[in-house]
Amino acid sequence: MKEPGNPVEAQSIFEILKGKFGDAAVDLQAEGFSPAFVVVAPASVKEIARFLRDDPALSFDSLMCLSGVDYKDRFAVAYHLYSMANRHAIGMKAFLPREAPSLPTVDDVWPAANFQEREAFDLFGIVFEGSKDLRRILLPEDWEGHPLRKEYKYPEFYHGIKV
Amino acid sequence: MSTGPAHGTASGAVAAPAGPALPGPEAHVLVGNADLFVNWSRKSSLWYLLFATACCGIELMQAGASRYDLDRFGAVFRATPRQADLMLVAGTITHKMAERVKRLYDQMPEPKYVISMGSCANTGGPFYKDSYCVVKGVDLIIPVDVYIPGCPPRPEALIDGIMKLQKLIMRKKNFGDKA
Repeated sequence: MKEPGNPVEAQSIFEILKGKFGDAAVDLQAEGFSPAFVVVAPASVKEIARFLRDDPALSFDSLMCLSGVDYKDRFAVAYHLYSMANRHAIGMKAFLPREAPSLPTVDDVWPAANFQEREAFDLFGIVFEGSKDLRRILLPEDWEGHPLRKEYKYPEFYHGIKV
Repeated sequence: MSTGPAHGTASGAVAAPAGPALPGPEAHVLVGNADLFVNWSRKSSLWYLLFATACCGIELMQAGASRYDLDRFGAVFRATPRQADLMLVAGTITHKMAERVKRLYDQMPEPKYVISMGSCANTGGPFYKDSYCVVKGVDLIIPVDVYIPGCPPRPEALIDGIMKLQKLIMRKKNFGDKA
């Protein structure tokens, strides 16, 4: 049987982060999002991630999903977190500039992040600094460009085969 | 056996244009019989490569299992290309996979045959438009003998395709004047 846990509301999580990290917790996107997203400054992603995992009231021990997003004017990396202990979920989002998007890796906080960071790197060209192993994961290693970017142009041939 | 162009049956499988027709009465009797014997043994032991890349592979397994029993036609799977006569390309081929497909094909000993199974292997299928990573038909990489339409084809269609290939093999001339 499932233990009920001690779920914490998204608004409270945001206020905890605001109190702990100040301006690094930028915004709370609650309308139309489930779970709600805490927007954070990209440079502080790792510290906030570690705090979300280790704080006993929050204890987000599971990274459900890590995705890259292209919003045309900027990129984003979205983290979906879940707490097995407290039975609550939260999203975390970091907006990145179009030019040379990069942010710290979280693969030492949640080891499962590695493959998903590699996917975001492969398809969006988002660089995760300090990653254990940042290589393409889906496409061939000599592929040019990052196909899920909006401005991506298909190559005409790949190794002599028409694309 | 039909000597004309093979047109689709119930499943709609279409054989690629074949070589010469059956030897006529002018063919040497001994050569004709040797051809018949060699072709018969080839078509009766079509060992196929155990190789699948997408959901067509599930139908391929089904065709090989007891209900449809592909073994009846002498077609049993081999786990290595070096023992295989037939490559069943069952599924989507991406550009990353294409080089592996070509290498597996090159490792198979002659004579070798290829059946392209399902829409993805035939043309790229649902990925034909707006896909950067899918090869638009396995015939861009390796020569194909029989195309089986379907998404995925049922085991009956696969068996029909294999029987089409057997007919193609029986029409082949191996000895004497190859015309």
